[in-house]
Amino acid sequence: MLADNLMIIGVNHKVAPVEIREKLAHTGDCENPVVALKKMSGCNEGCFLGTCNRVEVICAGDGSDELAMAVRHMLFARSNLSDSEALKYSYTYRGQEAILHLFQVAASLDSMIIGEPQILGQLKKAYREAVENKGVGTILNKFINKSFSVAKRVRTETNIGGNAVSISFAAVQLAKKIFGSLEYKRVMLVGAGEMAELAAEHLLSQGIEEVVVANRTLANAVKLARQFKGRAVSLDDLVAELKNIDILISSTGARGLVLRREEVKPVMRQRMNSPLFLIDIAVPRDLDPALNNLDNVYLYDIDNLTDVVEVNKSAREKEADRAGRIVQEEAVKFASWLESLAVTPTIIDLRNKIEAIRRAELERTMPRLSSLPRKQQQAVELMMTSMVNKILHHPTLFLKADKGSCVQQERINLVREMFDL
Amino acid sequence: MALLFNLTFLVYIVAAVFYVVYFINQKRDIRTMAHLIFVGGALLHTAALVARYLTDGHTPITNMHEAVSFFAWSMTWGFLIFRWRYKVKNFGTFVSILVVLLMVVSAVSSQEVIPLPPALRSNWLPIHASIALMADAFLAMGFCGGVMYLLQENEIKSRRFGIFYERLPSLEALDSLNHHCLTVGFPLLTLGIITGSIWARQAWGTYWQWDPKETWSLITWFIYAALLHFRFTLGWRRRRAAIISIIGFGSALFTLWGVSYLLGGLHSYVG
Repeated sequence: MLADNLMIIGVNHKVAPVEIREKLAHTGDCENPVVALKKMSGCNEGCFLGTCNRVEVICAGDGSDELAMAVRHMLFARSNLSDSEALKYSYTYRGQEAILHLFQVAASLDSMIIGEPQILGQLKKAYREAVENKGVGTILNKFINKSFSVAKRVRTETNIGGNAVSISFAAVQLAKKIFGSLEYKRVMLVGAGEMAELAAEHLLSQGIEEVVVANRTLANAVKLARQFKGRAVSLDDLVAELKNIDILISSTGARGLVLRREEVKPVMRQRMNSPLFLIDIAVPRDLDPALNNLDNVYLYDIDNLTDVVEVNKSAREKEADRAGRIVQEEAVKFASWLESLAVTPTIIDLRNKIEAIRRAELERTMPRLSSLPRKQQQAVELMMTSMVNKILHHPTLFLKADKGSCVQQERINLVREMFDL
Repeated sequence: MALLFNLTFLVYIVAAVFYVVYFINQKRDIRTMAHLIFVGGALLHTAALVARYLTDGHTPITNMHEAVSFFAWSMTWGFLIFRWRYKVKNFGTFVSILVVLLMVVSAVSSQEVIPLPPALRSNWLPIHASIALMADAFLAMGFCGGVMYLLQENEIKSRRFGIFYERLPSLEALDSLNHHCLTVGFPLLTLGIITGSIWARQAWGTYWQWDPKETWSLITWFIYAALLHFRFTLGWRRRRAAIISIIGFGSALFTLWGVSYLLGGLHSYVG
C-alpha cells in the first residue's frame, strides 16, 4: 500500500528529556536536513520540522527499516547515542499512524499546551523550507497541505485554540492585577517553549521593558533573546538575575526543580519586597510550590492559570476529544485517498491491456473490410471502443469501490491475476 | 440640627447602598448616581456642621457625637478630593461603608449640646481637634486601602477568584493608595500632636504629661512613622504596609474612643 511509504520519525517532549532534545539535528545545521534526507536511499520525499519541543522527519519512500535507521542517525548525529538508544528516545510512525500523527501535530493536539497556535506556523515554515530544497513531491505535498486544512478545520470547529491564547491572556491579566502597569517591568524566560514564547509576546505588547532569556545552553538563549530583542543569560545566573526581574516564565524540561524557596527568600529582601510573579508552565514542575508561601511572591502553574479563565477541565477535554475525532476522521479520509492512488496503476494497466487487444484485433480485421464504405468502417471502430469501455466499466468500479467485500489490495491482486497484468 | 444630621446620615446610607450595588453589578450609571448622592451627603453634612456651629457657638468637635461626625465629614471630603486627583476602582464602596459606620457611632452618642468646659475655651480647640480628626480620616482611608489590598491579595495568592479579583484594582494601585493616604495622614497626625502639645502648654503648663490619650497618639504616631521609615529603607510595602496601616488605624481608633471610655485621663471630657 502506498500509505505504508509514509513515515514519520520524531522526538518530542513526551519521549525525550530536554538534554536529548537539545542535541538533535536542526534546520540551522550546515547541511540542511531536507538535503540530507534526499540523499538517503529509499527516500523519495522529505520534510524536516524542528521546534523547541519537537523534531519530526516526515518522509515518503520505501518505508524500510534501513531508511528509518538512516533518519535516526541524522537526527541523533550530535548526541553520540547508539541507534538502540535513539530508538528509545524517538517514535516511528508509518502509514495510517503517520497520517494521524502529523494531523495531530498540526492541530496542536500533540503540543505541550494543547491548542497552542504556533505549531501550525512552524509546520508551514518547515514545509516552505522543504519546498525550497526540493524535498517535496506529490505525496508529501498533498499530505502536509492536508494537515494544514485539518488544523484549520479543528480550529474553526472546536474551541481548542481558545485554551492557549486565553491562558497567556490570563497571565497578562494577572500580571496587571499585581503590577498595575507592565511598563518598565522585566520578564525572564527560563527554558523555551511555544507557550512561554506566546506569553512573552503577549507581555511585550503590554510595554514590557526587557526580556531576559535563561537557558541551559547559552546559544539557544541567545537565539531566543534575539527574537525578543532581549538579553541572554546562562541558567547558572538565574538566582542572581532574580533581583532584576518582575515576571518569570519557566518552561524547562528539567526533571527536578529549577528554583527553590530557599534560593528566592534572600532575594526578596534585596528586592525590597517588590513583587515577583512566577509562571510555571513546565511539566514536571520547575518551580518549588512552596514559593507561593513567600510574601509578595505569586506562583501560578498552568492549571492555576486555566482556572483564571474559568475554562474548566472537562470542557477543555471535551474540546480536545472533538478535535481528536476530527483528526481521526480526516486521517481515515486521507488514507483512503492514498489507497485510491494505489489503485490507479492497475486501472491504467488494465486499460492499456484491453486497448492493446482492441488495436491488434482492429489491425487484423480492417484490411478484410476495406471494401466497405468509409462510414461503415468508422462504425465498426466505434463499436469496438464502446465495447471496451462497457467491459472495463465494472472492473474499474470494482477496483475503486470502498464498500467492496474484500480489502482493496486483494481486489487489486484479483484483477491483476484475472487479466494477467 | 438633629434633622440635618439625620438627613445626612440617611443620604450616606443611600449612597453606600448604591456603591454596594455598583460593586456587585459594576454598572456605570449606578456609580455615577452613588457618587452624586455621596457628594450630596457631603454637602448636607457640611450644612449640618455649620448649623451645629451656630447653635453651639463653638466648633462642634467637643463631644463624641460631634467628633465622630467631624471625622466622617473629613473622611467624606478627603475621599472626594482624592477622587478628584486620582481614581481607585471601587474605593468609594469601602469608604462609604466606613463613613456610614462612623455615622452610626455618632448617631448613637449623645447629641446634647453641653456648654464648653473652661479648659477647652481656646482657639487651639478647633485647630488641634480638627487636625487630629482629619489625620484620622486619612488614616481611615489608608485602612480601607489596606483592607482592599488584603482582600485582593488573598484572592491572587490563593488562586481562588471570587468577588474581589475583577472588581478591585491592582495590588500596585492599592499599595500606592495606601501610601498616598499615609503621606497626607501622617503629617496631619504629627501636626495634631504638636498643636495638642502647644495647647497643653498653654492650658496646663506642660507640653507633655503622658495622659493616656497623649500616650496612645504617640504609639499611633510611632506605628505610622515606622511604616513610613521602613517603607523606604527596608521595603515595607504592599502586604506588610497594608497590615500595619490596619493596625495603625486600630490604634488611632483606640486613641479616639478606647482611651476616652476605658482609660480616662485629661482628655476624657471628649465623649
